[in-house]
Amino acid sequence: MADGPVAEVLLRQLEAADGGLDSADLAAKLGVDHQAVVGAVKSLQALGEIIEAELRSTKRWELTAEGEEMAREGSHEARVFRSIPQEGLAQSELMRLPSGKVGFSKAMSNKWIRVDKSAADGPRVFRVVDSVEDEVHRRLQLVQGGQVEKLGEKERSELRKRKLLTEVTLKTYWVSKGSAFSTSISKQETELSPEMISSGSWRDRPFKPYNFLAHGVLPDGGHLHPLLKVRTQFRQIFLEMGFTEMPTDNFIESSFWNFDALFQPQQHPARDQHDTFFLRDPAEALQLPMDYVHRVKRTHSQGGYGSQGYKYTWKLEEARKNLLRTHTTSASARALYRLAQKKPFTPAKYFSIDRVFRNETLDATHLAEFHQIEGVVADHGLTLGHLMGILREFFTKLGITQLRFKPAYNPYTEPSMEVFSYHQGLKKWVEVGNSGLFRPEMLLPMGLPENVSVIAWGLSLERPTMIKYGINNIRELVGHKVNLQMVYDGPLCRLDAEPGPPQTQGAA
Amino acid sequence: MPTVSVKRDLLFKALGWTYTDEEFDELCFEFGLELDEITSEKEIISKEQGNEKAEGASDVVLYKIDVPANRYDLLCLEGLVRGFQVFKERIKSPVYKRVMPNGEIQKLIITEETAKIRPYAVAAVLRNIKFTKDRYDSFMELQEKLHQNICRKRALVAIGTHDLDTLSGPFTYTAKRPSDIKFKPLNKTKEYTACELMNIYKTDNHLKHYLHIIENKPLYPVIYDSNGVILSMPPIINGNHSKITVNTKNVFIECTGTDFTKAKIVLDVIVTMFSEYCENQFMVEAAEVVFPNGKSYTFPELAYRKEIVRADLINKKVGIRETPENIAKLLTRMCLKSEVIGDGNQIEIEIPPTRADIIHACDIVEDAAIAYGYNNIQMTLPKTYTIANQFPLNKLTELLRHDMAAAGFTEVLTFALCSQEDIADKLGLDISATEAVHISNPKTAEFQVARTTLLPGLLKTIAANRKMPLPLKLFEISDIVVKDSSRDVGARNYRHLCAVYYNKNPGFEIIHGLLDRVMQLLNVPPGEKKGGYVIKASEGPAFFPGRCAEIFARGQSIGKLGVLHPDVITKFELTMPCSSLEINIEPFL
Repeated sequence: MADGPVAEVLLRQLEAADGGLDSADLAAKLGVDHQAVVGAVKSLQALGEIIEAELRSTKRWELTAEGEEMAREGSHEARVFRSIPQEGLAQSELMRLPSGKVGFSKAMSNKWIRVDKSAADGPRVFRVVDSVEDEVHRRLQLVQGGQVEKLGEKERSELRKRKLLTEVTLKTYWVSKGSAFSTSISKQETELSPEMISSGSWRDRPFKPYNFLAHGVLPDGGHLHPLLKVRTQFRQIFLEMGFTEMPTDNFIESSFWNFDALFQPQQHPARDQHDTFFLRDPAEALQLPMDYVHRVKRTHSQGGYGSQGYKYTWKLEEARKNLLRTHTTSASARALYRLAQKKPFTPAKYFSIDRVFRNETLDATHLAEFHQIEGVVADHGLTLGHLMGILREFFTKLGITQLRFKPAYNPYTEPSMEVFSYHQGLKKWVEVGNSGLFRPEMLLPMGLPENVSVIAWGLSLERPTMIKYGINNIRELVGHKVNLQMVYDGPLCRLDAEPGPPQTQGAA
Repeated sequence: MPTVSVKRDLLFKALGWTYTDEEFDELCFEFGLELDEITSEKEIISKEQGNEKAEGASDVVLYKIDVPANRYDLLCLEGLVRGFQVFKERIKSPVYKRVMPNGEIQKLIITEETAKIRPYAVAAVLRNIKFTKDRYDSFMELQEKLHQNICRKRALVAIGTHDLDTLSGPFTYTAKRPSDIKFKPLNKTKEYTACELMNIYKTDNHLKHYLHIIENKPLYPVIYDSNGVILSMPPIINGNHSKITVNTKNVFIECTGTDFTKAKIVLDVIVTMFSEYCENQFMVEAAEVVFPNGKSYTFPELAYRKEIVRADLINKKVGIRETPENIAKLLTRMCLKSEVIGDGNQIEIEIPPTRADIIHACDIVEDAAIAYGYNNIQMTLPKTYTIANQFPLNKLTELLRHDMAAAGFTEVLTFALCSQEDIADKLGLDISATEAVHISNPKTAEFQVARTTLLPGLLKTIAANRKMPLPLKLFEISDIVVKDSSRDVGARNYRHLCAVYYNKNPGFEIIHGLLDRVMQLLNVPPGEKKGGYVIKASEGPAFFPGRCAEIFARGQSIGKLGVLHPDVITKFELTMPCSSLEINIEPFL
């Protein structure tokens, strides 16, 4: 490519030249097309620092094809004049000449010729003067001779209006020696090949340098969803802490397990149509553990186990109503009930991460379904201090170390505490979870021993993920409207690592 | 969580103490409240209706405080101040007393007609009360907060307060045909029948929410005095005649409802909060309520209950080591007057009528912990030793999804709820053929059913990502839901794996190859023998004829794969050929 004859000549000329040379001049000198010189310049440039080339543009007047013809043959009007004999020429005949039409009107306006319309066989053209000075021809020859500057502005524009002259921009290179200038060049190799390795030729060959600023080609693999990558990490944390995963593969739950078993009264606002998705089909649970149901009923309506109860009329039909579970605590209740049936009691640590459903008004941070993370520990003699200690360990694994606890109210835990962490970015305490000791009114009807306490905490999977990745709209994270590019580009989920700069995907 | 808004300066004046916003926020946090917002009437109006409307509104600083849903005693300035002052040991918890009047006791007689609609009523009198504008406003606001919370938007309990001096007892609580009830309601200048009122209030932004409680009943509840003056038509509106003003001296309070316990609590809360302004502070005049069976009760109950809790139980539950005396002090600061009794380890706790939330010893434990300060409790780790296990289905899912990504497919996460159209019409199925569970109260069509297949979610994801370079290779491993009468709730989940390939060519061989890879991963050999897998020509409305196969593994059908029918592609607003695979992975556990 670069070892073409033009490139070699260029280098030799450049070696002899003082300072540099112009590509157009060289083309003229060599009698080759300018584009051939430009090609040679570009291929030499690609070799590195052999030459330097600066792009220049110059403006030049050039004759058009018609202009060149006229410079050669004379102007149309002069040619018309010359073609008219002394005795004149029929106008119709004159018009058939190649320069006829344009030449006729120009010669007329120059008053070189006249028309006699009264002639017997149609209009006839006669010379008016004996000889003419073909000024246009002279000027065009000046241009052709490279002496365009001898023409005045007015004369140039007249020629241009007649489309005989045109101004062109010429791009040329000013070529000078580069820092690695040499007249002998050899082709650089782009890549190492098996042949070079076997022949050893790689030792003597120069290799084209890589552009390390260019991007690589991304691998063609699949990607995991960012929220589910976070889910994997939360599972990992619980497993590291010795927690067993509870089955949560039942989105449909009865009101009994979702509310009544948790000592959540039947008039509680969460049981309202506005907050919970109830089912039309299957509308009611088919089976409930009736022994246990009766103990729950008694605890709600009359109290017992040291409780005053809520003192209202508890209705079985309300407990039978099927719904989409509003929290995974229903699954925890089932797990604790199973645990209570095992005698003797064995301590347990449980966790779950799965979907829950709320018939809520949707906004940028609320969807009708989200993932709840829940941890549960059941053992003799657990305290609030234990709950706080476990929460500290759990949140430390998430990279959250500054915690404080606020008294709170949950229908099924007492004492209850909300967990706040100091958010460096927002410069304030934000709620990161909710926790407490399950109420005895929930545990004792299940059949758990009286001195067994159960501590529990919960948080959503989406919220810490949104904070972690700087996502403001939950729809950019969950559901079918997510941008797959976000999934493709997602980093590893390392909860305990320092957060990187938040990735902001274009907000909807 | 209810939010109470109080004037900051009024609050500080009542507390006899001035805090910075940060100090007050800290106090709230410690006490289990949350200073949600610092604002003013002007700011609120300007935020909701624009600056122009806010012109001239008050710019007195308001604190909006979030109160736990079970603390009805903190729903007004009076209660908050009392709670804080006792907590800070600046005052002792007041003692609330029910007293008999000097003259005749006010009587409320319930007739049996109320039985079917709103059977319970309680009443009391606040005698020689002194209102100011702020106190009056607080009195009204408390009733509103109670209505919205414990009263469940007046469905369980409705409160009526009246100027007793405009009335003459005994009062009758009965139920009548709406056309037979005629009175001048609160803030109206003429009389209307109950039927007319229900029509008028249909457009009332506040009252329209309560109409449904009685609207379709043949009889409406109503309370008369001995002269036939209507006090109220609960739970909708009071009469104008007995309207209370800033100048009212004696207040008659009635609460009617369907939940007797809550009616009694509501009455107790109102009288304990506002008897503070009576001539005899914290003394409440009794009223007698005669039930249809002839039995008569005196209200308010203002019952004090005693509980005995061992100090070591409290120490053990909280994880602290305090002396019984100290614990008694902590509890007293929470308005639970306590003393050490018996062997020196027993604490006797008096639960006042303001603390209806204390129903078990665990509630007492919590109050001790709050007074001790949650953040002062020593954190420790329990010694509970357990071996962790993964839920097998989730373990398999986790393993598979990583290998699906390694096979070049990208994971998506779609909604479990969708429209009937998504799982039926768009896939060429009738909804009855899907065995889907149906939601009875969806707010929009997006939440009509739980999905019975993962395919619609994947196709919708493609539709939202049509600008992305082809091919699109997506998968999801998640649960679907179908009816199943063998389960206690009549429905169950199945864990599905679904994958789609979307490109200019259908790419059946790619989806087929993915199935082969999944089977390889699950160690299921090809072929019908030895628990292997095989695909057999099949058909389905979602697939292009002749381009669908059913997948059999370990002797059972586990799903289908094929090239999607052009109608399906079009209905999901797609334009390219697409092949898909969906299987149940539970047989491979």
